[in-house]
Amino acid sequence: MGKFLLMAVDYELLIRPNRSWLRIEWRDIFAYRDLLWQLVRRDFTSRFKQTVLGPLWFVINPLVTTVIFAVIFGRVMGSAPDGVPALLFFNAGLLAWNYFSSLLASTGATLHGNVGLFSKVYFPRLIVPIAQVFSNCIGLVVQFFTFGILVVFVWATDPAFANVQLGWRLLWLPWLLVHLAILALGSGLLLSAITAKYRDLQNIVAFIINSLMFITPVMWPLSALQTKFPNHYEYFMVLNPLVSIVEAFRLALIGVGSFSLGYYAVSVLVSVFCLLAGLMLFQRAARTFVDQA
Amino acid sequence: MIQPMISVRGVSKRYRLGSIGMTSLRDELQQMFRPKTEANASDFWALRDVSFDLPAGSATGIIGRNGAGKSTLLKLLSRITEPTSGEISLRGRVGSLLEVGTGFHPELSGRDNIYLNGAILGMSHAQIRAKFDEIVEFSEVEQFLDTPVKRYSSGMYVKLAFAIAAHLEPEILIIDEVLAVGDSAFQRKCINKMQEISASHGRTVLFVSHAMATIRRLCKQCVLLEKGRSLGLMPTERAIEHYSISGASSDLVLDVSERNRDWGTDGAEARILSVAVAGDGHIRFNAPLEIEIVVRASRAIEGMMLGFSFSTVEGQRILTLDSDGDGKTFDLREGRTVLRVRLDRLPLHPARYYVSAALGRVKYFDDIIDSFALWEVETSTEDFESDRSYGGCRITPRLELTPVAG
Repeated sequence: MGKFLLMAVDYELLIRPNRSWLRIEWRDIFAYRDLLWQLVRRDFTSRFKQTVLGPLWFVINPLVTTVIFAVIFGRVMGSAPDGVPALLFFNAGLLAWNYFSSLLASTGATLHGNVGLFSKVYFPRLIVPIAQVFSNCIGLVVQFFTFGILVVFVWATDPAFANVQLGWRLLWLPWLLVHLAILALGSGLLLSAITAKYRDLQNIVAFIINSLMFITPVMWPLSALQTKFPNHYEYFMVLNPLVSIVEAFRLALIGVGSFSLGYYAVSVLVSVFCLLAGLMLFQRAARTFVDQA
Repeated sequence: MIQPMISVRGVSKRYRLGSIGMTSLRDELQQMFRPKTEANASDFWALRDVSFDLPAGSATGIIGRNGAGKSTLLKLLSRITEPTSGEISLRGRVGSLLEVGTGFHPELSGRDNIYLNGAILGMSHAQIRAKFDEIVEFSEVEQFLDTPVKRYSSGMYVKLAFAIAAHLEPEILIIDEVLAVGDSAFQRKCINKMQEISASHGRTVLFVSHAMATIRRLCKQCVLLEKGRSLGLMPTERAIEHYSISGASSDLVLDVSERNRDWGTDGAEARILSVAVAGDGHIRFNAPLEIEIVVRASRAIEGMMLGFSFSTVEGQRILTLDSDGDGKTFDLREGRTVLRVRLDRLPLHPARYYVSAALGRVKYFDDIIDSFALWEVETSTEDFESDRSYGGCRITPRLELTPVAG
């Protein structure tokens, strides 16, 4: 009894209209850390159980896309750089792109996709998008595995493999993934806050993701852009933070691509800005959005 | 002095009626170009300046009619949304149960869902593990623990969900009308569990329900809400009394033609216009009862019935008087008709009862007026035993004595 009263007095929670710009309930997020892992586990189990092919789907999907890209863009359009195995070129770009786009799509649906849950129980809403950062790594790991198999396949069959440099740049990967996650999470939170308020904008999320893919060097190398638009390509790099990340990602994986520290720094800045703006708007929207639901 | 566990100070919550439902950018843009008229016309105050303090270790009921603001108050207390103004301070960890099975995932097994749902409700992994066996035992689904819950019957589903929720151990527990789950045996088990929870170690429980019997059993005091305002904290009996009186008239002569019906449309072919108790203005136990009802039919209708029902203030129906109880119906002519319902001896024990009436045909009702009055049945000179206060209905049986030889 005494213990309970003591605990009770120690802890006081004030609920009142909030007016601060950026408030993150760190203490609650820490207290709910077990929920984070339960959500990741839920995504893991349910994704594997829901599809007929289970985990195999994570392999088949990027593999088929890679082959299509290699045929259409590599052979028909000739957009793959010379002397590099097209399969590895496209697969490396898709690796980064798939993680980014799936994370963006899932975090972008956080609020309107969880109305039922959020209107019945409190927990720090940020837990859900943070859990997505980890859940989406499941697909990423499987894709890395696929990439490994492709490397072996190309090494055994394609003489162009000699131009692939697998080396010390692989050490960049962990940071590049963190960078991708920051950008995807930030823009996902932004989209989520906006679509929670304006339901009619939900439809444009898919459109945004589609368009982003075309203006990001997934199906083409940055070098092609540089040759076609020698004077204007920098706008791309400054306005689309993904360009530098995907290019660096491919450089790290297969040693093909260009890297400029200046543009990369801009990309980091834009990503951090996205994250801050996303957090701010998301936290504001999350506080009362169930009132409109 | 010990500080109150929950203290609510001047809390108001406003909803913009225009923004309930879908908001779209298009609406907003249209709004921008529309001339500014009365902006506040569409505001709706679900709660207005509500204040109360609850001490630690109390079980408190929140009662009020539909739309009184009960759910809004619960949502504010459980941090699902924010107040428009005012402040709530909670001196303890809060667990709230506004629904059972929130966040259950159909693909996951019962075991996985215990951990997931427990975590959503705010339990740590270690806490759930410690309570796991108790939860499973309480839920009565141990055989199906490794089956995905999508294969559960709805009964099993709610049992498991309630079992998890019942093992939450916050200092402040907020419960909406979720207990009434499962079969009647399980419901009883749930209510016993709730009583056990609210009685244990200084926990503070807030409980919302329409079931007055449950409120009476679990709570010593209640906060009574009416149209978004608090009528204050009061002992349960007084609050229920208050609650029962508001809304239903105790008049014995009532014009119900303008009353809002929850059921039945304006286009119905037959309506009840008024209800009146004949006699000296008293309803007495064990005395004759005569009720006069005026109805109107828009055309001649055959095969009608008229029904009356009496319910206790807890909402339990206790007496039904259906005119077609013996299979006989009556015909109505077009226009008004006066119907008289007679009972030689009213068997209702002296108390207050909600009265409802229905007019209909064998297959459907033309009109239902639910709980339109709260009538008091008084004791009478015929009542030789009213101090024996048992039950709701009393009928003196016929007694036969047969002496047996030997």
